[in-house]
Amino acid sequence: MKEDVSPSGPPFVELKGISKRYGDLLANDGIDLAIAPGEIHALLGENGAGKSTLVKILYGVIEPSAGEIRWEGRPVTIGSPVEARALGLGMVFQHFSLFDEMTVAENIAVALSDEWDLAMVRSRLSEISRTYGLALDADRAVWTLSAGERQRIEIVRCLLQNPRLLILDEPTSVLTPQEAEHLFKTLDKLSAEGCSILYISHKLEEVRRLCRRATILRAGRVVATIDPRAISAREIAALMVGNEVGEIRSDAPHAPQGEVLRVNHLNMPPAGLHGVALKDINFVARAGEIVGIAGVAGNGQSELFAALSGERLADRADTVTIAGRACGTIGIDTRRRLSAAFVPEERLGHAAAPTHRLSENTLISHAATEVSRSGFILLNAAKRLARTIIKSFDVRTPEGDPQARKLSGGNLQKFVIGREIIRKPKLLIVDQPTWGVDAGAARLIRQALVDLAREGSAVVVVSQDLDELFEVADQMAVIHQGSLSPLKPIRAWTREAVGLEMLGVAQAQGGAHAV
Amino acid sequence: MRFELTPRTTVSPVARALAPVAAFITAFLIAGVVIWLMGRSPIAAFDVYVLQPLSDPWSLQELLVKATPLMLIAIGLSYCFRANLWNIGAEGQYVIGAVFGGWLALRTHGTDAGAWVLPAMLLLGIIGGALYGLIPAFLKIRFGVNEILTSLMLVYVAQLFLDYLSRGPWRDPKGFNFPQSVTFDPAATLPSIMEGSRIHWGAIFALVAIVITAIILGRTLFGYRLKLTGDAPRAARFAGFSSKATTMAVFAISGGLAGLAGIVEVSGQIGQLQPSISPGYGFTAITVAYLGRLNPVGILIAALVVALTFIGGESAQILLKLPLDLTQAFQGILLLCVLAADALVSYRIRFVTRGGGK
Repeated sequence: MKEDVSPSGPPFVELKGISKRYGDLLANDGIDLAIAPGEIHALLGENGAGKSTLVKILYGVIEPSAGEIRWEGRPVTIGSPVEARALGLGMVFQHFSLFDEMTVAENIAVALSDEWDLAMVRSRLSEISRTYGLALDADRAVWTLSAGERQRIEIVRCLLQNPRLLILDEPTSVLTPQEAEHLFKTLDKLSAEGCSILYISHKLEEVRRLCRRATILRAGRVVATIDPRAISAREIAALMVGNEVGEIRSDAPHAPQGEVLRVNHLNMPPAGLHGVALKDINFVARAGEIVGIAGVAGNGQSELFAALSGERLADRADTVTIAGRACGTIGIDTRRRLSAAFVPEERLGHAAAPTHRLSENTLISHAATEVSRSGFILLNAAKRLARTIIKSFDVRTPEGDPQARKLSGGNLQKFVIGREIIRKPKLLIVDQPTWGVDAGAARLIRQALVDLAREGSAVVVVSQDLDELFEVADQMAVIHQGSLSPLKPIRAWTREAVGLEMLGVAQAQGGAHAV
Repeated sequence: MRFELTPRTTVSPVARALAPVAAFITAFLIAGVVIWLMGRSPIAAFDVYVLQPLSDPWSLQELLVKATPLMLIAIGLSYCFRANLWNIGAEGQYVIGAVFGGWLALRTHGTDAGAWVLPAMLLLGIIGGALYGLIPAFLKIRFGVNEILTSLMLVYVAQLFLDYLSRGPWRDPKGFNFPQSVTFDPAATLPSIMEGSRIHWGAIFALVAIVITAIILGRTLFGYRLKLTGDAPRAARFAGFSSKATTMAVFAISGGLAGLAGIVEVSGQIGQLQPSISPGYGFTAITVAYLGRLNPVGILIAALVVALTFIGGESAQILLKLPLDLTQAFQGILLLCVLAADALVSYRIRFVTRGGGK
């Protein structure tokens, strides 16, 4: 489906055939994108569709493997963010880079070149605040400000440099609806003045409010450029998540056995500014089945993982029951001893210590592994275990017992998943098992998860990769802003239904009052 | 033009091993310039500071005496620093250890209490130091207060408390109004290892602490816990190591060892309580811990090397009329050089000229 809506005039910025390859992974594959002067252009796509890669290429953070960028019709190479800014590009990142202890004016001044002094910043700041309705007190310390006010600092910082193209990456993810509406008004005004805007989001309502053209990415390719107001949410969701039916395993349906994990009315406040609160989550995982949890990143997946693993404790014990024991209020060690195993999303720094050798990294799940005895490390047992994992899971290492950071992403992921699977846990909870992993490693990891379930363990896979979930899961639910949809057998889900749940419009279309 | 530190892609193991030596030479060069600016001969100073103490048997014994508290404190601090927790208040924990242990010595003074007094004093010293070390740990985990500030400020509280005790309630009534307690009884005095030697049992304690620490850090889950907490705190939580418990444990250990150093020094060297019982061992031990790369054997060597500056400083004061403050200044320069050398092993300096980013 290619519904071409061409802009009226010549494009202001044009990307032609942009590709970026990381080893086996083609993050961007021949992307064409044109933005007209004064246009607010949306870039839509699931996580992993290649949005961030594309934006980083445009902003000079990474270099494309192929393709051309044209700025006002003239081919340019953007070698660094400094060069991008000199051209007239401004970028507002999803996560703010501000010094909490410094004032608003100081935070703006540090980002500017040395010609600016604090007095100049102050006067331009009040001018811009007035023009665009971005109320900011120059002398307030940043730590006293709300998320919306902090974002205003980032925007003002860009505007001070008179950008001609402003890129915003998921700008409303930390804003209240009122703050978001305020932001939209500012963007409308900027656009009316001729500033082009590239607006990255996965929230359909916003995109419809702001943009007349949207480019949809999927798996690194442009699947369509559309007018988001002209076609339905259903169609857009289908474009984002793809139409083809997932390859369902042919093996006979098996009868799931006893319940291994029960999550019961789990609520948890957000962990920080960018955190998401978990709202009344309920589901059950049985021995012999894989439960998939789909959703766009940042909708509470890491919070759910922390609550299930015991890194964050709930206030009631019966919220999480593992192997019949209520353990919402007990820590990760005890849960491991109940034969649960966990693999977090972040490989380096969370699942493994980067500067430690693989044998030392086996000690991280020491509570359930035979690598220590009465407080003493069994060095040889740890080394043997590391070797066994390396062999069984085809971990390619530069040396016998290397530091974790010396391994490629895929190989380290095989190692940390292998470390947990090798002891045949009754319950495995894994967050983004194949995130940023090459195709070969991803296949091996998925096979290992399926094998573990077939041998009678319960497996919970939290993933943004729908193809992956359709391939391995027996049951699936979708997480959106900290709430989990009902768990349904994988055959009962259509991609469209998943897409609507991920966009948070399923309830709205169901007729209930949506927030 | 400005400087930037950019990480090196590969770190040479030779450079890493030689960094402390380079730091030492640099520190000596800087100190030499300072001494030269003060109108003294840097070469004569080097002779007095380094060569003379090493060529005299009395000084060699003295070296071990001065190195003993440094080893005990630095080995304790290595637990904290490995876990990226900053106990800067060992000097205060040392003083409180001396106060706790000294209290028993004064209580039993003049009685014929038996051989239990000395071990009980040592134990009290450890308990006192550990409890005092737990204050900043508690404030950190309960209220999020920065442990660097609280542990440092508690040093002054401890020093003034000892000052008050020595001038007030614990002053020797027959001491001609000198701010000192009575001299400890033999039962409360830490004996020498050999007859006529200045080296006392504290040196043995320090060696034992070094051996035990080497085993704990290298061979136990607790040692791994500290390393993991320091290198990858999120992975440490994932491994089930509570950061609160780690904080409490390392502050108790480092405080306890500093307290032991305090009571050992008072009962083995000074023999009484007085307002000043340390030439800054608690602070110098931070230098020792880093110079020794937080490694038990490294700390053993570093403590001996740094003890040299104390002895040299005393001789330099007498022979060259150089102020004792210069010793502390030199120890500070040395710490900076060690940290700088470590940084330069992992990072290289890049000069960025203005507009060069274009």
